[in-house]
This record gives sequence, structure tokens and C-alpha cells, in this order.
Amino acid sequence: MIGLAVTLVLVAVALLSLVWTPYPIAVIDVPGKLQPPSAEHWLGTDQFGRDVLSRIMAGAVNSIAVSLVAVGIGAGIGVPLGALAAARRGLVEEVVMRFNDFTFAFPALLSAVMITALFGPGAVNAIVAIGIFNIPVFARLTRGAALSLWQRDFVLAARVAGRGRTRITLDHILPNIASLLIVQMTIQFALAILAEAGLSYLGLGTQPPNPSWGKMLNEAQTLMFLAPQLAVFPGLAIMITVLGLNLLGDGLRDLLDPRLRRLR
Amino acid sequence: MTVTAPLLRVEDLTLDYTLPRRRLFEAAPRFRALNAVSLQLAKGESLAVVGESGSGKSSLARAVLALERPTAGRVELLGRDVYALALGPLRALRRHAQMVFQDPYGSLDPRRKVGWIVAEPLDALEQGVAGDERRARIAEVLESVGLKARDAEKFPHEFSGGQRQRIAIARALITHPDLIVADEPVSALDVSVQAQVLNLFMDLRERLGLSYLFISHDLAVVRHVAERVAVMCQGEIVEEGMVEEVFRRPQHPYTRKLLAAVPRIGGARRGEPAATAAP
Repeated sequence: MIGLAVTLVLVAVALLSLVWTPYPIAVIDVPGKLQPPSAEHWLGTDQFGRDVLSRIMAGAVNSIAVSLVAVGIGAGIGVPLGALAAARRGLVEEVVMRFNDFTFAFPALLSAVMITALFGPGAVNAIVAIGIFNIPVFARLTRGAALSLWQRDFVLAARVAGRGRTRITLDHILPNIASLLIVQMTIQFALAILAEAGLSYLGLGTQPPNPSWGKMLNEAQTLMFLAPQLAVFPGLAIMITVLGLNLLGDGLRDLLDPRLRRLR
Repeated sequence: MTVTAPLLRVEDLTLDYTLPRRRLFEAAPRFRALNAVSLQLAKGESLAVVGESGSGKSSLARAVLALERPTAGRVELLGRDVYALALGPLRALRRHAQMVFQDPYGSLDPRRKVGWIVAEPLDALEQGVAGDERRARIAEVLESVGLKARDAEKFPHEFSGGQRQRIAIARALITHPDLIVADEPVSALDVSVQAQVLNLFMDLRERLGLSYLFISHDLAVVRHVAERVAVMCQGEIVEEGMVEEVFRRPQHPYTRKLLAAVPRIGGARRGEPAATAAP
């Protein structure tokens, strides 16, 4: 349940930053730049004298919003596609899976760069780009897991009971792969946070002056020897978030499985 | 439907499976699982189908319940060709024929409670059974297989193998079918539990007037549940007749081989009832 705690703290911090941060995030205070951590500025200040803690808090909103929507797009399109491929087989499956291969063939970050190059940089395009490369991940996982379930006797029993493919998918297939999907979602959520950081680092994601962890890493890079803490804190924020989400995924999987639930 | 129409009539049923093709520009190889199989089953009568694994027994079970599309031939249930029916009438017909599977660990959805599992054919095949009536039907059918009404609230993993098979039987019974296709329903169970479940099968048959198409590789089991037996070998029925007749005077060499393979206890002669179920 450490994962749940970390995730809840992250969400709480993000929500808090919407109404309150220790310092305004966009106010520039050049004389007070590059301060080390102190009682006034817990995590120090950056090259423009802005409070790092405040910016990390506000950056959490960006990370969460972008990742949530991106994973939502990926799972929302990928899971039905994968379930459809497993239920219909034949030509439908071929078409869906080749489309997946096509999307998968482009390195994720590269296709994100391509999309932002076409439509311009910005948070929304970053979301779409990350979302699109999440689709085949969910489609493949769903299809693979669903295919093995379609061979099981309880699905055959449902067919003897006169259930159609859609009903079987909803009643038997999806509930049985739900825990798998939820675990994958937390992993993809973590990856999306990394991807958003990566895109912002490249200057293609969140645009200044809006804070983002990736953007902060980017700006800290040139000051690495002067003020290493500027790179360390956003890096830590990313790491703790990703770790927390992975732990949450593990915990959820155990919780959602009725067989494991009895054993604990 | 005429009065004389048998419960189940299978005519020249042939079923090919397409295997993965070995080369790109070669026709995919086919495997003939059933070759012109014909059989009949009157209402209230039970037929055992025996044979080694791979002889096509399970394919026959699936084809009879319209789960596989045959290459040729007909399956008539209550006088109606199941493969000529549209989805709706076929669904209506499914009420009359249900199935019990071999592995009680694989045939119950681990995420559903027993009550839901047992009621699935009811919910799918009978319109407007809900609330108290639905609850009563579930309780009735659970009690008829020796379980308790409150077991409906439990998950399958809380039950033993024999109890799970009882749940599977309850599911097959809930629509009050005439025919139950049982595909090796006791071979995954312990020997002591096998006897209990077999007794349940016989008891239910007597009480409800059921017909079984009972698939088994275990000849000792066959004697208990069916009066007629069909011996399958490589997708064909090689011998068919009354159980005692076939066991006492097997005509086909394959049947003799099968009978000779049954272990005997205490020097009982070949063809005499074995004392216990084969392990």
C-alpha cells in the first residue's frame, strides 16, 4: 500500500498547487537566483529565482493530466480493438493487428516528435502523441490475453448457454483480464510521465512559462555544475512518481484477484 | 416435429480442422476429426461414446451442440437441423441441450459467483426470469445436485473438484434440458469422487428423465450411465450396440483392444464388469 500512499500524496500535491503554492510559480526574482535549499525555499531557487518546490508542485498537475488522458486514449481505443480482434479472428484480426504493427514500428518518442512537428508543440499534441503510441500496447495485451481465455471451457459453456461474442467479451473476457489491464495502465501511466518529461525536455511538450518536470530537467542541464540540485529534485519527483505507480499496480493486481484475495 | 422424431439425430457428420499451412503457396493441411458419423438418441435414452484420446469424441460433443461448423452432414435436435437455424431459433433450441465439461477447474469463470454461473443459461435463454423466481430456480438446481442454496454467494475457488463439477451440472440443468452432453465429466476427479458424481448423474437421469450423450475413455464408467455404447476410432464409429452386448461380444478389433486394456481386479474375466472404476 506504499504505492497507494505515494500516488495519493502526488495527487494531493497536484490539487493543492492549483490553489496554493509556497511562492507564485512565474514571478522572476533575479537577485535571489540559484539559492541552495533553505528554510525559505525548501528546494532552493532556479536560474530566474523562482521557487523550485512550487514549480515541482505545479509540474505534477501537468504530468498527471497529460499521462491520465494519454493512457485513457491508449486503453480506451486499444482495449476494444484487442478484444474485437480476439472475438472475431480472421480478417478483422489481421487488419487490427497490422495497424498495430504499423503504429508500433515507429519509435514512440520519434512519432511523438513527428506529430508535434506537424501540429506544433504543446501539451495537447503531446497528449495525442503519447496516447497514440499507447494504443498498440493495450491492443496487443488485450488480444493476447483474450485469445487464451477464448479457449477456456467457461467461454465454451457461455456459448452453449447461447451467449454471443459481445456478451462473452463483456461478461467473461474483460473481467478476467481487468487486473492485467490495470497493472499495465499503471506501468503505461509511469511511462507516459517519462514520455511527457522527455517531450518537454526536448521543448515539444509543455511550453514555458508553464512548469513541467521535463522542462525543469532541460533548464537544469546547462547549470549542472553550478546548481546540481536543480536537476536532482525534478528527477527525484519523476522517479518517486513512477515507483509509486508501479507499486500501486502490483497492489491493485493482488486486490482485484478473488483467488489472491483469499490468501492474504 | 413429429412424434417419432428422436431427441438427437446425427447424420454423416464430417468435421475437418484446418491446420496451420506449412508453406505459403500450399493449401493448408486438414485434419479429419469426424468422418461420416451417424447416431441416434431417443428421449430418455443414454448413449456412451468411447474411444482413445484423439478419436474425435470431443469434436462430436461440440458439433452436436453447434459449437463447431461441420464440413458435411446434419445434426438434428428435436427434429430441427441445428446448422440450418438462424441465431434466434438456435438459441431457443439450446434450452433443450446443455453440456458438462471435463475439467471443473476450467469450466467455471473464476470471477463470477456460483449463482451467476449457474444462472447464465437461464439469463441467456429464458426471457423475464428475474428476482425471486430466478433466486428460487438457482436454489432448486443447486439443491438438486447436493449443494446448498447459500452456495450461490460463493466463488468457485471455494469448492473442491467434485463440488465444482456439481456446480457445472447444476448450470446444465437450470433450463430443464432433455439432453446433456457430458464430455469426460468424471475423468478429472478423484476415484472416490468419481463414484459420487456418477451416482448423481444416474440419480438425476431417473428423476428428470434426462438423456445423456456421455463421452468417456473409461469403459468402467460407461457401464454405469448408459444402455448403449458407440465406439469411436479415428473419427469414425466402428461399433455400436447395447452396452452389455458390445462388452461381452465385441465385434471390431479396436473394441477388443479397448476392452483388453481395462485393468481387472481379482482375476475377473475379460468382458465381465470390473469391480471398480479404472484409475
